[in-house]
Amino acid sequence: MKKILIGSGAGYSGDRIEPAVELAEKGNINYLVFECLAERTIAIAQQAKLKDPNAGYDALLAARFEAVLEICHKNKIKIITNMGAANPVAGAKKVKEIAAQKGLAGIKIAAVGGDDVLAVVKDGDYTLMETGEPLASIQDQLVSANAYIGAEPIVEALKNGADVVITGRVADPALFMAPAIYEFGWKMDDWNRLGQATLFGHLLECAGQITGGYFADPGYKDVAGLARLGFPIAEVQEDGSFVITKVPGSGGEVKLANCQEQMVYEIHDPKSYFTPNVVADFSGVTMTEVGKDRVEVKGGAGRPKTDSLKASIGYRDSFIGEGQISYAGPGAAARGRLALDIVEERLKLSRVEYEEIKLDLIGMNALHGEKISAGYEPYEVRARVAARTRNMREAVRIGNEVETLYTNGPAGGAGVFKSAREVVAMVSVLVPRSLVHYSIQYEVL
Amino acid sequence: MKLREIAHSRTGDKGNISNISVIAYDPAQYPLIEKYVTAEKVKEFFSDIVKGEVIRYTLPNIGALNFVMQNALGGGVTRTLSLDIHGKSLSSALLNMEIPNS
Repeated sequence: MKKILIGSGAGYSGDRIEPAVELAEKGNINYLVFECLAERTIAIAQQAKLKDPNAGYDALLAARFEAVLEICHKNKIKIITNMGAANPVAGAKKVKEIAAQKGLAGIKIAAVGGDDVLAVVKDGDYTLMETGEPLASIQDQLVSANAYIGAEPIVEALKNGADVVITGRVADPALFMAPAIYEFGWKMDDWNRLGQATLFGHLLECAGQITGGYFADPGYKDVAGLARLGFPIAEVQEDGSFVITKVPGSGGEVKLANCQEQMVYEIHDPKSYFTPNVVADFSGVTMTEVGKDRVEVKGGAGRPKTDSLKASIGYRDSFIGEGQISYAGPGAAARGRLALDIVEERLKLSRVEYEEIKLDLIGMNALHGEKISAGYEPYEVRARVAARTRNMREAVRIGNEVETLYTNGPAGGAGVFKSAREVVAMVSVLVPRSLVHYSIQYEVL
Repeated sequence: MKLREIAHSRTGDKGNISNISVIAYDPAQYPLIEKYVTAEKVKEFFSDIVKGEVIRYTLPNIGALNFVMQNALGGGVTRTLSLDIHGKSLSSALLNMEIPNS
């Protein structure tokens, strides 16, 4: 029976480079997929593109393609990625340039567009999914709007002979589903197979998180070789069943526990995982260890897709100013608390305008709050003040009031860090499917 | 005993919603976590952090519970003031929960 091997080359934009090289060299894979586009990244990329029409694709696109393109070309591995971000066409041109520099020929690169729906939503009547407020309430602050499109344009590009497919916003699992749909000729209303395809896409999309990353807990869950963690491979059969594995000899492990954690990662109702191609149902999934670093996964199902697509909206929200300072030795916690009290009073005295503030003692309560963290006293603490402001001027003043603790605050204040930044935040709306049209442009070398 | 003795956990985020899995190491212990780690208990456990409702989904096939916690991340990864913008460390808090031995 025909089987295809899909490797996951990156789980986020800044992920390690070498695991993908290892997959391309030793993984015997047919497809290498890089999922590199976080929600907010595309809004920031959109701003970059406005300044420079040749910018707006992922910052590590060149580094990743320089590392794998030649090996993939040699081993006939097709590459699929959303590193196009806000500008897939410019990303495709960059890949063509890299191919030319390496003297490679016979490469077809597809740039998938059409996810940008800013013009569609701008004047429409949409409701923000998070708050129920109308989209009009942030009309003047809008930066970007990108619909999560499905596997269709990637499948079409593969049918047209693309060796590399570069997209912008596409549902993460769709990047992995597309090769199987193309290779096996799965129908786009074969809901159970598409549900199962969503499952391997979902399991692979965070790369190292299923091979031992985001998992180790010494004494309870020990994982060897995290510094050379191998990234995952799905061996997919025509009937949709698949095995998750990795390159023999690479670090990490593929066991039931990793796969279980990753299946539940970032899903809500397991019976209804909404994607552009199918409403997937993971409630009947079973997993079996069928060998060393091999887990077989079955039972993903699905129901017909909905009439709308989710779109991520980026908007200029606010500014955040922050400062941190450390205290150590006897009385460190008390001095840290005193530091926070002083800054809080200073912000009032000097009339710094902020909308929201967080006062933390890193080492004591910063991650889980007072209630859960109660009862522990550390040797050192780091006082942290973060506040939301309406403008950059006020945001800068937050960190400054932490910095002045050096000479005006408790004894032994050390290692100040301060920052101020604009916040581009994300919200979502549902856009009618009929208003979103994908496009594909090819670069051939 | 601590939940950590019989279960492992992973946190994910979508917007301002945090989801935490609690998975029994041994399928035989799934009924124990299903019995004691309820949505109400988790809501109470995270009362300082989670401002919205907590819904629990069960996945008995893989011995897992999934807690979906609304309004849990100070506005979500893109705008929160929290040091842990994703809430990734929340799973470690939950594993410190006390549950009966049987």
